[in-house]
Amino acid sequence: MASSTGDRSQAVRHGLRAKVLTLDGMNPRVRRVEYAVRGPIVQRALELEQELRQGVKKPFTEVIRANIGDAQAMGQRPITFLRQVLALCVNPDLLSSPNFPDDAKKRAERILQACGGHSLGAYSVSSGIQLIREDVARYIERRDGGIPADPNNVFLSTGASDAITVLKLLVAGEGHTRTGVLIPIPQYPLYSATLAELGAVQVDYYLDEERAWALDVAELHRALGQARDHCRPRALCVINPGNPTGQVQTRECIEAVIRFAFEERLFLLADEVYQDNVYAAGSQFHSFKKVLMEMGPPYAGQQELASFHSTSKGYMGECGFRGGYVEVVNMDAAVQQQMLKLMSVRLCPPVPGQALLDLVVSPPAPTDPSFAQFQAEKQAVLAELAAKAKLTEQVFNEAPGISCNPVQGAMYSFPRVQLPPRAVERAQELGLAPDMFFCLRLLEETGICVVPGSGFGQREGTYHFRMTILPPLEKLRLLLEKLSRFHAKFTLEYS
Amino acid sequence: MQRAAALVRRGCGPRTPSSWGRSQSSAAAEASAVLKVRPERSRRERILTLESMNPQVKAVEYAVRGPIVLKAGEIELELQRGIKKPFTEVIRANIGDAQAMGQQPITFLRQVMALCTYPNLLDSPSFPEDAKKRARRILQACGGNSLGSYSASQGVNCIREDVAAYITRRDGGVPADPDNIYLTTGASDGISVRTILKILVSGGGKSRTGVMIPIPQYPLYSAVISELDAIQVNYYLDEENCWALNVNELRRAVQEAKDHCDPKVLCIINPGNPTGQVQSRKCIEDVIHFAWEEKLFLLADEVYQDNVYSPDCRFHSFKKVLYEMGPEYSSNVELASFHSTSKGYMGECGYRGGYMEVINLHPEIKGQLVKLLSVRLCPPVSGQAAMDIVVNPPVAGEESFEQFSREKESVLGNLAKKAKLTEDLFNQVPGIHCNPLQGAMYAFPRIFIPAKAVEAAQAHQMAPDMFYCMKLLEETGICVVPGSGFGQREGTYHFRMTILPPVEKLKTVLQKVKDFHINFLEKYA
Repeated sequence: MASSTGDRSQAVRHGLRAKVLTLDGMNPRVRRVEYAVRGPIVQRALELEQELRQGVKKPFTEVIRANIGDAQAMGQRPITFLRQVLALCVNPDLLSSPNFPDDAKKRAERILQACGGHSLGAYSVSSGIQLIREDVARYIERRDGGIPADPNNVFLSTGASDAITVLKLLVAGEGHTRTGVLIPIPQYPLYSATLAELGAVQVDYYLDEERAWALDVAELHRALGQARDHCRPRALCVINPGNPTGQVQTRECIEAVIRFAFEERLFLLADEVYQDNVYAAGSQFHSFKKVLMEMGPPYAGQQELASFHSTSKGYMGECGFRGGYVEVVNMDAAVQQQMLKLMSVRLCPPVPGQALLDLVVSPPAPTDPSFAQFQAEKQAVLAELAAKAKLTEQVFNEAPGISCNPVQGAMYSFPRVQLPPRAVERAQELGLAPDMFFCLRLLEETGICVVPGSGFGQREGTYHFRMTILPPLEKLRLLLEKLSRFHAKFTLEYS
Repeated sequence: MQRAAALVRRGCGPRTPSSWGRSQSSAAAEASAVLKVRPERSRRERILTLESMNPQVKAVEYAVRGPIVLKAGEIELELQRGIKKPFTEVIRANIGDAQAMGQQPITFLRQVMALCTYPNLLDSPSFPEDAKKRARRILQACGGNSLGSYSASQGVNCIREDVAAYITRRDGGVPADPDNIYLTTGASDGISVRTILKILVSGGGKSRTGVMIPIPQYPLYSAVISELDAIQVNYYLDEENCWALNVNELRRAVQEAKDHCDPKVLCIINPGNPTGQVQSRKCIEDVIHFAWEEKLFLLADEVYQDNVYSPDCRFHSFKKVLYEMGPEYSSNVELASFHSTSKGYMGECGYRGGYMEVINLHPEIKGQLVKLLSVRLCPPVSGQAAMDIVVNPPVAGEESFEQFSREKESVLGNLAKKAKLTEDLFNQVPGIHCNPLQGAMYAFPRIFIPAKAVEAAQAHQMAPDMFYCMKLLEETGICVVPGSGFGQREGTYHFRMTILPPVEKLKTVLQKVKDFHINFLEKYA
């Protein structure tokens, strides 16, 4: 390619040699990876923040990072009990301090007993501390109304993002037999990025915007049928509650998806990290595991399923600790060993994150001293998120040219925006996707950073953006109004 | 706006929707061929099986937590169930985990971590002011002033600055740029998943990327090479010469490799794992020159940089030596150096803290690296905080300095003592020869395995040193890792054992190994 020859001659001119590692010579799969959530628009946001710090005048005084599902960065407080127990684990001298409740101390001692050398600083077993895996299994059982979960099928991970390496196991074949993986459009771009990195074939199935982003099995059939032409589809990813769309699948839908996966021999991956984030009345979280088991034979005993959860979302918002797990169901025992082997190369997930996860899956009981405060904090967070979800939908739907499906769950709105044809042309002149152009302009003029729909996927000719609902309620209201006004102005400008 | 647009274009553009125009008829035919219709009475074949899974993953091995360790786990369970054994506990001498073997964490480090975790403690009189200062500094640099926020994918800014300052101090003023620092989830993460090796591997057939690694090596390298389907190029360390790295051997290896792959990377572990050798400065210069000559990307695994015991040895960072060799080298050789919170005097393995310093990267590659990192969002922030304290410890004049220094010296002194003890004791055993443990945390003694034992091993379909180690485990409860897991010259046998158990326990362990070995020699004479 021209660029590398140019590089070489430039390098030689400066007395520098050509690099060993250049764009041409690098891993082509890595080159194809994109991750919009922290992509170009966020880099621009960083630059603007830098300029603000240097005193450059802008039409705004701060950049609002509404691009990423990071609740605590937007001011949400951590749950007191979780941080108390963790602090006790980190610095066990505090076990003799009167400033910590007894139940927190008890939990800390229990966790430390299960650690090598009674310390968070020791490596754990690669699948995670046994005691914590057992607690996770019990949590799953309680959540699923008593349906058993085997701790041996639970693998702790460095956030849920890490567990998605289950996908790695599935990728095989070449050319027409290369593994295909069905993912929703719009999707959380970890999936497309992972598939690009693995060199697997991405197979898109479209969620139905007209019906609140519902998953339609007919569309799954369509996608699968077309995919079989050029790859070997072996897996189906579902995100429930959805990201970026926020839709919460009905039980009927989940059953239909399971039946489809079973009939078409697809390994099911269920990303359920937002299972605690359900807001809409009439919506309820149904775990894929539970529905699968309740469907009985032949599904329950044979359908292969991996379900993911995380400490980053819910009411906890502990993104930085990188806690998470995957539960595998009906996985071949030898393959499960392989998965463990893969995990062992990286030794173990961060132990503080494992400890946090333990507290998430076994929170204070009603009889515990910390229960009242814990419940109050948890409910406050969830109630505020619900209010913000509703507010977002409402404000956006009042704006002409913006329409927003109900935010049934998760942490985002994914409104559709009308962009005038002249704006689309201008975007094309600049070599930008139209919604990227819109979002960049939004950022430059208001400081609000959101991610264009093109980063998540959308039907051709439609434009969206994903914005989090995480800023504090009143601030959110102001932002939503600012954004709506900007859209109106933008529309006028390009009419 | 133009700037912003340029940014977007420089990165990858937006995805185009997948193509719709595929013929349906062949799809249907394929669909029915793929569907296996089985009667309900028998379980149908799973989608994901050993045969159908990713072959590269299948090829991966990681001996440090491999079969012998699984066996050790089984034995522990049996002990728990009350089954009688010739021993009462399993000694996990297979893994470099100091705190699991009783080493205490550094007080100051845990104090700062606790303050960061639960900032209410900033009002507590039980914490020293210097710890509080560090904690406030870290928290202020975190989103929402909390360890619970994602950080920038490259790591918290002020921590990267602190790492750069540490490197500059360590290297006698040789400057480090925070922009070249990437915090990682332990060093393993920087080496493998999110990075350099992954970005480097490309090509096909004879032009597939070759990665040079030492034999013996820490098997993370071979595992990653396997997973990435790169070509492993072995260069042998010289056992006769304290495991020295001989540039002639590097030359031999690269020449042979060029036949069947495109060697692009040279991995060095210094201080060495499993061998413990500490490279001389001259050796490092030779290696750098070789990498420069052969156009190889240098990966310097320096996680044991604080673990140097031999009075004749000193740690020289590759970065420093490179810089001091002058601009022809220092502006050209692409180098990634790795460090970790897991080793040293800290032993904070569970925190998964680490960093890499990467210099002379092509700017576009840097963009690619940052992009790759961003997909996994960020390394655990508590591990980043731990790394910050490691690179920014108490200094003279600060309240915590004395206790910190004492604890640090105590740990390192202890390790040095155990290194010598191990070397000496092993060398007293007939049929065991142990090179000096100049650094790191392991002994990698050579063991003589009699011919009859080799035969017995073969009958069990095991490598002879695996057979030896299994017997050792079953008869004494001591779990070590066979040399075949790290690589060794054909016909030689070794095992890797950590020097981490407390001194008295270590003495007992070494005695037991000695007794076992003598018995073994007799049994298979």
